[in-house]
Amino acid sequence: MKFGILVNEGPFTHQASDSAYQFVKAALEKGHEVPRVFFYYDGVYNANKLSAPQADDRNVVKRWSDLAKEKDVDLVVCVAAGLRRGIVEDNLMDGFRISGLGQLTEAAMGTDRLVMFGD
Amino acid sequence: MAEYDFDTEGVKKTITFLNRKAPYGTIYALEVLESVLISAAFEQHANIVFVDDGVFQIKKGHDTADLEMKNFLPTYGIIEMEKEDADEDEDMDMNWRIIVEKESMEARGLTPDDFKVEVEVLSSAELADVLATSDAVIGG
Repeated sequence: MKFGILVNEGPFTHQASDSAYQFVKAALEKGHEVPRVFFYYDGVYNANKLSAPQADDRNVVKRWSDLAKEKDVDLVVCVAAGLRRGIVEDNLMDGFRISGLGQLTEAAMGTDRLVMFGD
Repeated sequence: MAEYDFDTEGVKKTITFLNRKAPYGTIYALEVLESVLISAAFEQHANIVFVDDGVFQIKKGHDTADLEMKNFLPTYGIIEMEKEDADEDEDMDMNWRIIVEKESMEARGLTPDDFKVEVEVLSSAELADVLATSDAVIGG
């Protein structure tokens, strides 16, 4: 099955991003496809490369970035939501790209399921 | 990591936009609204649904002056226009519905006349059916 993922919350305050990451990893391990993860609302903070959690905790931003590189998942940050919150090319983590909301509509159109992770 | 190229040629789906939150306490209402507007360009079927405190998003008479926030109530008028244009244009295969959950509306003492746009009022059970038959749900 082909899954699109929508992440609605930033790292740490909510579990949404963790749950989305675990879901994507599990889906890929089961042989499903996850062509795109779209980050919207505070979800855009998942792409902030300045995030520096303590060493004994998970690094949510880096984890997404590594997944994108290893599994070729397209991580898209909403440009409008990002601009509002100061997520721009300058502080964008490797493996993410910034694009428009049309990419979310496309993910809804082009996958079997769009799974939303939020509060 | 590479940009994924979806083949969306000729795809027609029903996307439900689920509004659950009051208009100004959080940003969800505004950003859901932005995603609805963008999706119009793709000519997909859409249900714009208001439940819980989300029903306040379309209540007439927002006054945000003291909040110092942008009043986005007029933007729902644009959504209604998009819907009406699609309804009238026989060449356009795009069915939009603006839906309010009856229980949420009544619990807050509202009636359909209180809303800025014309709405369909559906019971919770009827709304469950709308959600179950949607291809995707986007919300905040």
